[in-house]
Amino acid sequence: MFKLKRDPADQPNSWRTDNLPAWGLFFVAPWIIGFVAFTVYPFFASLYYSFTNFNIINLTPRWVGLDNYVELFTADPLFWTSISNSIRYAALLLVFATVFDIFIAYLLSQNVKFLSIYRTIFFFPVLVPVVAASLTWIWILNPRFGLMNGLLDLVGIKGPNWLASPDTAMYSLIFIGVWGSGRQVIVYLSGFNDIPRQLYEAADIDGASGLQKFWRITLPLLSPQIFFNVVTLIIFSLQSFSEVYIMTQGGPANSTLLYAVNLYNRAFEDYAMGYASALAWIMFLLILGLTLIIFKFLSGHVIYER
Amino acid sequence: MAVLQPAANGRRAMTVEERNYLLLQRLRSLIKHAVLITFGIAFMLPFVWMISSSVKPNIDIFEIPVRLIPKSLRLENYIDATNAIPFWQYLWNSTYYTIFATIGAVLSNTFIAYGFARVRWRGRNVLFIIVIATMMLPFQVRMIPLYILFARIGWLNSFLPLIVPNFFGNAFYIFLMRQFMMTLPKELDDAARIDGASEWGIFWRVAVPLSKPAILTVAIFEIIHTWHDFIGPLVYLRHPTKYTLSIGLRLYFTQYGAEWGLLMAAAAMFTIPMVIFFFFAQRSFIEGITLTGLKG
Repeated sequence: MFKLKRDPADQPNSWRTDNLPAWGLFFVAPWIIGFVAFTVYPFFASLYYSFTNFNIINLTPRWVGLDNYVELFTADPLFWTSISNSIRYAALLLVFATVFDIFIAYLLSQNVKFLSIYRTIFFFPVLVPVVAASLTWIWILNPRFGLMNGLLDLVGIKGPNWLASPDTAMYSLIFIGVWGSGRQVIVYLSGFNDIPRQLYEAADIDGASGLQKFWRITLPLLSPQIFFNVVTLIIFSLQSFSEVYIMTQGGPANSTLLYAVNLYNRAFEDYAMGYASALAWIMFLLILGLTLIIFKFLSGHVIYER
Repeated sequence: MAVLQPAANGRRAMTVEERNYLLLQRLRSLIKHAVLITFGIAFMLPFVWMISSSVKPNIDIFEIPVRLIPKSLRLENYIDATNAIPFWQYLWNSTYYTIFATIGAVLSNTFIAYGFARVRWRGRNVLFIIVIATMMLPFQVRMIPLYILFARIGWLNSFLPLIVPNFFGNAFYIFLMRQFMMTLPKELDDAARIDGASEWGIFWRVAVPLSKPAILTVAIFEIIHTWHDFIGPLVYLRHPTKYTLSIGLRLYFTQYGAEWGLLMAAAAMFTIPMVIFFFFAQRSFIEGITLTGLKG
C-alpha cells in the first residue's frame, strides 16, 4: 500500500547510495592518500625530472628541455642495446614458458597420481628467494665445477661457458626464467580442471581426434588463463631486474643488459637521475603501448562464458 | 532393462579391443609419469645442488667430475656462514621487514577492498578502474622520485620507505580481495543492518570473518614477496647494518666468491623458512593463485 522508501528490503540496490555516500570514501581513503603520495606525485615528478639534469650533491633538478630524450635516441648505443635485449628476453621467455607450462599443466590435469607432489615440485622454484636462486644458478652454471657442465660431461658433451659467454648468457637467463615460471603452471592447471568433461565425451562421440580436441576445445576454453598469463608475463619480463642484475650485471659485453638494469645503473651508479627518468618514461610508454595492443588483438579471442 | 545389461556382462572375458585399449591406457600413463618425473627431478636439481654444496668441505667443492651426493659432510659450513657476515642481523632485518610489511598489507587492503566491493557509492567504478590502471605503471617510473622524496625527508637507510607505503593499499591485493568479497552474499549485510549494525560493524563482524581465506592469501603473497624483495632494499638500504638477507647475501658472494660451501649454506638458510612456511600454507597459496588467474 505505502511505498516504504527507507526499507532496505524494498530497494536493496539504491538505498545505500542515497543514505551513506561517505562510507565508501571512508573505506577507500587510505588508497586515495597512498595513490596521491606514492603514485600520482612520483608519476608527474618523474615526467618533470625527465626534462632535467640532476645535481648529485643536493639532488636538485635543472631544466634541460628535451636534451635527455634527444641523447637517448641519438647518442646512446646502450639504450638501443638494452631495448632489443629486453624485447628478445621477453619474447623468448614468453614462448618457452607458455609452451612448457601448458604442457606440464596438461599432463598434471590428466588424473595423475601424486598430483600435489608434482605440483609442489614445479612450483618450488617460486619459493626460493630470487637472490638465493640466482647465486645457486651462478654456481650450477660455473663452466668448470658447476653441476650443469658436470652432467653434460657424463654424456660426453663439452658444455659452454653459460653466463660467462655472450653467445649463451641470454639463453641461460631464459632457461632460468622457465624454471621459475611455476606460478603459471598452477593457473593453467586450474584452467584445465575447469573444462567440462562432457565436451570431450561429446567430441569422442563425434569421432574427433586428440589434436582436434586440443585445438577446438582445450585451447579456446583455456584462453582466459592464457590471456592472463601472457599479459602478466610480458609486463613482468620487460621489467625484469633482480635475477639479471645478480647473475650477469648485464654482461658479458652487454649481451644481457636488460632495460631495467641499464636504467638502474644510470640512476644509482652514475646518479644521472634525470636521464634515468627519461628512460623510465620510455619504458612506461612501451609497456603501455604493448599492453593496449595485446588487449586489442587478444581479448576478442578470449572466451569467458562456458 | 537395456540399462542393466552392461552390469550383467561384467564378468565375461575381455575382447581383444578392450585389452588393447587397457594396454594403451597403461602405456600412456607410464609415459606421462616418465615425463613428469624427469622434469620434476630437473626442477629440483638446483635445490639439491645447493644443499649438497652447502655441506661439502672446500676441497670437494672443486672436485671433477662433480658429485651430487657429498662423499664427506662438513656441517660446520653453516656455522662459518653465520660468522663470515652479520648473518643474524640480516636475518632479523628480513624478518622485521616481512612482519611489518605484511601487517600493513593485510590491514589496508582488507579495509580498502571492502569499500570497493560492499559499499555502493557514486564514483566507485571509475576509481576502481584507476586502481587497476596503476598496475601498469612500472616500478621504475616511481623509483627515482620516491628515492629523492625519501632522501629529502631522511628516510634512507631505514625500513620506513619499504614499510609505510604498504599501509596505503596495493592495486593487486585490492583487486584480489574485492573479487573475493563480491562473492559473499549481500543478504548477510542486510541482515546485520536490520539488527542495527553500522557500516563499520558490518565490515568488522561480517566481511572480515568471512574473508579470512582472501586475507590469508594476501598475507602469504606479501610474506613471500617481502622475503624475496631485492630491488627495494637495494635502493633504500645503503648502510651495511640495515641490509636484509637478500642484499647481504649478494655482498657475501663478492666478498667470499671462492667459498661456495659457505655461500650455499647461507642461501639454504635463506630459503628454508620459505619452504617450511609453504608446507603449512600450501592450500591457501595455491587457491590464491588460482583465484587471481581465473578472474584475470
